[in-house]
Amino acid sequence: MTKENDSIEQLTNQEYKWGFVTDIEADSAPRGLSEDTVRLISSKKQEPAWMLAWRLKAFAHWKTMTEPTWPNVHYPKIDYQDAIYYSAPKQKISLNSLDEVDPELRRTYEKLGISLEEQKRLSGVAVDAVFDSVSVATTFKKNLSELGIIFCSFSEAVREHPELIRQYLGSVVPQTDNFFAALNSAVFSDGSFCYIPKGVRCPMELSTYFRINAAETGQFERTLIVADEGSYVSYLEGCTAPMRDKNQLHAAVVELVALANAQIKYSTVQNWYPGDKEGKGGIYNFVTKRGICSGANSKISWTQVETGSAITWKYPGVILKGDNSVGEFYSVAVTNNRQQADTGTKMIHIGKNTKSTIVSKGISGGHGNNSYRGLVQIQKGATNARNFSQCDSLLLGDTCGAHTFPYIEVKNTSSKVEHEASTSKIGEDQIFYCKQRGLSSEDAVNMIVNGFCKEVFRELPMEFAVEAQKLLGISLEGSVG
Amino acid sequence: MVEKAAKPAGERQGAQIEQYLSAFRSFERGLNGESASPIHAVRKEAIAHFASTGFPTTHDEEWRFTDVQPIARAPYAAGTPGTVSAADIARWTFAGLDANRLVFVDGEFSERFSTVRSVPSGGAIMSLARALTSGDAAALRHTARHARYDQDAFTALNTGFLRDGAFVHIPDGVSWDEPIYVLYLATGRTVPFVAHPRNLFVAGRNSRCFVVERYAALAENSYFTNAVTEVVLAEGAVVEHDKVQEESLNAFHVGSAHVSMAAKSNYTSNSFAMGGAIVRNNITSVMEGQGVECTLNGLSLSTGRQHIDNHTTIDHATAHCNSHELYKSILDGSSRGVFNGKIFVRKDAQKTDAKQTNKTLLLSDLATIDTKPQLEIFADDVKCTHGATVGYLDAEAVFYLRSRGIGIELARDILTYAFASDVTGRVKIEPVRAALDRLILKQLHEGRRLEGL
Repeated sequence: MTKENDSIEQLTNQEYKWGFVTDIEADSAPRGLSEDTVRLISSKKQEPAWMLAWRLKAFAHWKTMTEPTWPNVHYPKIDYQDAIYYSAPKQKISLNSLDEVDPELRRTYEKLGISLEEQKRLSGVAVDAVFDSVSVATTFKKNLSELGIIFCSFSEAVREHPELIRQYLGSVVPQTDNFFAALNSAVFSDGSFCYIPKGVRCPMELSTYFRINAAETGQFERTLIVADEGSYVSYLEGCTAPMRDKNQLHAAVVELVALANAQIKYSTVQNWYPGDKEGKGGIYNFVTKRGICSGANSKISWTQVETGSAITWKYPGVILKGDNSVGEFYSVAVTNNRQQADTGTKMIHIGKNTKSTIVSKGISGGHGNNSYRGLVQIQKGATNARNFSQCDSLLLGDTCGAHTFPYIEVKNTSSKVEHEASTSKIGEDQIFYCKQRGLSSEDAVNMIVNGFCKEVFRELPMEFAVEAQKLLGISLEGSVG
Repeated sequence: MVEKAAKPAGERQGAQIEQYLSAFRSFERGLNGESASPIHAVRKEAIAHFASTGFPTTHDEEWRFTDVQPIARAPYAAGTPGTVSAADIARWTFAGLDANRLVFVDGEFSERFSTVRSVPSGGAIMSLARALTSGDAAALRHTARHARYDQDAFTALNTGFLRDGAFVHIPDGVSWDEPIYVLYLATGRTVPFVAHPRNLFVAGRNSRCFVVERYAALAENSYFTNAVTEVVLAEGAVVEHDKVQEESLNAFHVGSAHVSMAAKSNYTSNSFAMGGAIVRNNITSVMEGQGVECTLNGLSLSTGRQHIDNHTTIDHATAHCNSHELYKSILDGSSRGVFNGKIFVRKDAQKTDAKQTNKTLLLSDLATIDTKPQLEIFADDVKCTHGATVGYLDAEAVFYLRSRGIGIELARDILTYAFASDVTGRVKIEPVRAALDRLILKQLHEGRRLEGL
């Protein structure tokens, strides 16, 4: 046991591997939030008047709202007037090739292991790299545009495809949805936009890497993905952030729209800076993610691996409006040290024969607190709706906590809803068995935890599955005795 | 997770709270010198707490799915109880249950109909009011010590009007196997009234007892029962506590049980809810010593526009405790069911084994269920599981029965009955179990035919 405890110590004390700061001149807005800030952001982005009006409407509503207190997380009050709401790296206005990208930036990507060149050459992944809110380079755009696929930064989409943006922006997450979504709607800086035309199967995984870089800048990303009838897209989102002392706010909004027979697969690996061992610093990750299966036979699938952030507050949901539509949610959430996560999903069954599956795995170690909060709602017209939920928690120590708050609301007799949850620690006999076969206790724990998460990792695209396993290793390996 | 437009609860409730405050003042005047007793200080504190919070609204997480505005709005007056006959009492006594009986009519203790033939020596089976005035040590020590009135408005209200109810005290080492039957009967009085029954069951070290609480009505009139029951188990005590709620379909019923369990004690609750327009049952059990076994079973049957809400809390405050929970609901008509089962495992409550199961059968498309099983765990060496299912009768099982020549109505009834008997079968007192069986059959379309089988 003592030896195991030593390795626990060692591993839980592991430093944040991806913590580094890139020194780039940033073009920042003054501190504080007012209508002028919103106007400034809008003008910096050279947005049309309708976009500004949309932002202002959101801001007006945000002012009337209060920060939610129901999540099972605790943090000092955020001073929204003490943050910078816009910062863009200074660089040349347009880029023709990768060589023109700031070498400093390029090095940052290399440290993160996402060298654009390498990705372009080897992996076939188109990357829309978001570096502190502004897209700096987009690859594989040409290949995609041949198929009619639009994959660009959000600001570009506002300029180039206003009709699509006006039609779909806020259609899933309205400006008034919740406190953080309203804030995001008012001050979002940039993000990604993706449109897959009718009947097109996107030939590669689309991906965006997010980085928060300039100190004390809130990051407000906005992602909108529209899959037209019969299309398919798999989208990857991954993030790492440098070490910071002051808590940084991240309030992103992701909207997915799947029309008839379309399919969207959205995968996230989240590894924002979790703060140090005392919980100092670290990102506040307050995200609103929602998709709508608006047409018949459509499918939306969320897969997430949440290992970072001081506080995670996110509930990727699916509105199953079209008949026979399918919603899926697979999640691994890890909290270590002083991390807190309140995460889960919402499945709203409206259409007939709609199906949803929820698999949530929570792992807590150190002083971490991990909550699953989910809603399964079967509305009156959702004949033959079906839901299966499973949430399991693994506790690695006696100072951490695991909580489940599932809400089930059923208004239809022909539907079937099942919910299962369990909480346990790693069995001593399991570890003993592995050790008996010559594995170190460290490897044994790693193997058992990986096995625990297998159901979710299986859903991730290959590249992500590898990264996810590594991340899990870094966050937890050995923190069990 | 839908937020409703905020309404100024305090302002709107002003008149509603005042109704109870003025009732409290006249209640106080009728106490005749008892107002200097320590119990009265607790009453005053509780009513002050109620006055400051008012009735809960659907903005309170604990009351999200149950709107108690109809209860808060209704005018209720205290008054003299109506009359009952011996035949009425006989009708509401479980056939074959040969038991000591405490009867309350419209919330008032009825000396006439209560029969206490034998009492364990050193213990008590009597009305709580008498126990308090006669200075019973156990009654004085435990009354209002377990139910937290600062956390629930209805418990505060009950504590404010705390006066009478059933009191049972089984002394150390006594196995009292004769069930104790407590009947609350509402007469068909036309004036709406409110009753605040307050029960206290104290089981001494290594003692054992069976208590059956029943709430029933002679007519379908409107009234409000706001009951609080405190159950105290000393080390090694074993208690089976059955509650059968058959209030009038126009009545409101809020019943809270607070169970405090010392080491190695064993508590079983079987709760059956069938009556009432708006019903809320709270069970809070706290494990204060190691080696406790706690079993909570529940069944609710609702139809029409009934609303039945079951809230249970099991607090694993110490290590090496087990809890088992099974709650089932059968919803018909446009009734609404709510289940919220909380399990807390405190820090250091290692080796906890907690299992919770919640199953709902929806028999009508207009019925709604909101269920929220909830685990909050702060210890690592524990085994906690919970499962919840909502659905209709298994089509294959119905088909199987039909293929054996059983009509569809009867096939459905057989399956519904089987679903319910899983809970009724857990009641250890035979006459109560048989009566519950009959009650369930009565609710089924073809129950009469099944009864003969």
